[in-house]
Amino acid sequence: MNLLETKGLNTYYGESHILRDIDLSVHHGEMVCLIGRNGVGKTTFLKALIGLLEARSGEILLEGKSLQREAPHLRARAGIGYVPQGREIIPYLTVEENLLLGLEALPGGLTQHKRIDSFIYELFPILQKFLPRKGGDLSGGQQQQLAIARTLLGQPKLLLLDEPTEGIQPNIVQDIEAAVKRIIAEKGIGVLLVEQHLHFVRQANRYYAMQRGGIVATGKTTDLSQSVIDQFLSV
Amino acid sequence: MQLILESLFNGVAIGSVLLIAALGLAIVFGLMGVINLAHGELMMLGAYSTYVTQLIFKLPALKPFYNAYVIVAIAVAFVVSGIVGILLERSIIRRLYGDPLETLLATWGVSLILQQFVRSVPLAYGTGLVVALLIGMLLPIGLPKKLYEKFSGRIIRLACWAISALLGVLTSNSLSTAISKLGRASARNVDVTAPSWMRGGFDLWNITFPITRLVIIVITLIAVLGVTWFLKKSVWGIRIRAVTQNRSMSDCLGISTETVDVLTFGIGSGLAGVAGVAVSLLGSVGPNVGGSYIVGCFMVVVLGGVGNLLGTIIASFAIGIMTDLIGAGRLLTIWPDMPTPLASAVDFFATTSMARVMVFALIVIFLQFRPAGLFPQKGRMVEV
Repeated sequence: MNLLETKGLNTYYGESHILRDIDLSVHHGEMVCLIGRNGVGKTTFLKALIGLLEARSGEILLEGKSLQREAPHLRARAGIGYVPQGREIIPYLTVEENLLLGLEALPGGLTQHKRIDSFIYELFPILQKFLPRKGGDLSGGQQQQLAIARTLLGQPKLLLLDEPTEGIQPNIVQDIEAAVKRIIAEKGIGVLLVEQHLHFVRQANRYYAMQRGGIVATGKTTDLSQSVIDQFLSV
Repeated sequence: MQLILESLFNGVAIGSVLLIAALGLAIVFGLMGVINLAHGELMMLGAYSTYVTQLIFKLPALKPFYNAYVIVAIAVAFVVSGIVGILLERSIIRRLYGDPLETLLATWGVSLILQQFVRSVPLAYGTGLVVALLIGMLLPIGLPKKLYEKFSGRIIRLACWAISALLGVLTSNSLSTAISKLGRASARNVDVTAPSWMRGGFDLWNITFPITRLVIIVITLIAVLGVTWFLKKSVWGIRIRAVTQNRSMSDCLGISTETVDVLTFGIGSGLAGVAGVAVSLLGSVGPNVGGSYIVGCFMVVVLGGVGNLLGTIIASFAIGIMTDLIGAGRLLTIWPDMPTPLASAVDFFATTSMARVMVFALIVIFLQFRPAGLFPQKGRMVEV
C-alpha cells in the first residue's frame, strides 16, 4: 500500500481553480520532489494535504485511510508532519517549548509525552544550545532546523517540506539535506519535498513537475534531463 | 513615611480591583483578540453568585460555616461565569472570529440580554439553569466508558440533558422555597454583607488598613500567580500561547484549536466571575454593576500593551496609585505651598469621579504618543 495517495484532487481559492486533478503517490522510505515554477500551486498542494485548504473534490489517502474531511490537527495526529514555507515558528515561545509542541501529534499529546528525544540534537546540535531562547530570536536557518526538528518529534509517517532551503546560508542547507536523508534511512518515513535548489532536488528518488495546477511530468530524478530542469526550475 | 505608605496602600487597593477585573479581559482580549463587551456582565454574574452563595450559607444547615462563604463564592463565581462564557463562545463568538466589529456588536447585545436576565428572572431560576448547564456539560465526560458501548451516543446525551434539566428544576424549586428572596424577580440592587472577620480594619503604624481591601489584594495576588503559572508552566498554557500566536500552525502540529479556544475563553470569563466577588465586597450589586468596570478594564489592557500580562499588572497599579494621588488630593499634602491657581486645580480634581476623568485624560494623552501601550510587542518577532 502506498504511504500517500491522492486521487483527482481539486482545490479552489474562492472561484479560481488552483489544483486540477492531482494524482500523486509517495511510498514508505521514499523522497519525492515536487518541482515547478513560482505560482503553479506547489505550496497550495501541500496545504491541501495537511488540511489548511479544503479539497473540493478528490481523495487523500494516508496508508489507505481517507483524510480529506479531517481538520489539520487530526491529519497531524494521523501521521502527516508539515514544515511550511517561512517556518512558522511560534515567536514568543522558547525553542524548548516549540519543540515540545511537536509532541502534540503523538497519541495523548503533551499530556502524556514530555521528553524531547535527543535524536533531534544529533541531527541539529545547535538547537540544544538555544533551548531557553525565544523562537523568534533565531536566524532563518536556525528556525528552519527548529521547524523540521519540531515536526519530527511528532514521529510523522509522511513529512511535507515546503522550500526548506529558501533564503538559507549554504552550510545549513547541507545540514538540512543530510538530516532529511538520514531520517528517511533510519525511520523509513516518506518525504514530499517542494524545492528549487537543484542539488537537493537530485537527492530525491522521484519527481513530479507541476504547471498551472496540474502534474505535467513525472519520473526518476536520475532521469531528470537538462530540458526538464530548464522548464520547471526557476534557477 | 506614613503618607507614602497610606497612599501606596490605597493605590494598590484601587489597582488590585482594576487588575482582578482586567485579568480575565487580558486573556480574552489580550491573548485571543476578542472584544468581549459582555465581560462586565460576566463580572456581574460573579457578583450575583456571591450574593446567592451568601444566602445559601445563611440556611440553618450551613450556618456554622458562614464565615467561609467568601472562599466558596470565589469557586462558585468562577464556575458560573466560566460556564456562561463557554456557552457564549460556542454559540456566538466562535462564528465571528476575525470579525472584531461584529463581535463587538454581538457581545454588546449579549451584555444587554444578561442585564435584563437578572432583572426579570428570579435568581433561584438562574441558579437552576446554571446547575443544569454544569451537569449537562460534565455528565457525559464523567460517565463510564462501558455505557457508551451499550447505548448510542445520542441517547446518552439526551438522557444526560434530561437528568440535568430535572436537577436544575429541582434546585430552583427548593431554592425558591427555602429562600423566598431568591424566588422573586427584582431589579433592585442587592447587598452582599461581608462576614464578621472581614469587617473593620487592621492597625499598623497608625494607619488603618480595611480588611476587605486586604482580602481583595490577596484574591488578586492569588489570581495573578495562578494565571501566570497556568500560562507559563502548564501543558494547556503552552497550547494556549501557541494558538494565540499562530493559530494555523498550531493546528498543523496537532493541537485542537477549538478546544483551546473554549478553554481560554472559559478561563478568562471565570476570572471575570472572581472579579465579581471582589466587586460585591465593595458595594451593592445591581444589573448594571459590570458597566462601571468595563471601560476601566479595556483601558488597563490597552495601556499595558495588548497581549502582555505584565503590562496589565503594571498599568493597573499605575492607574490605582494615580487615582489615589489625584482623587484624595494628596498632591496638596505633599506640596502644601503650591501656587494658588495650581492648588485650586488640584482641589477641583480631588473627588473620586473627577480623578477618573483626569486619569482617563492622561491615558488618552499617553496613548497619543505610545499607541501600543507601555510594553509594545517589539523586535524581530513582530515580523515573524
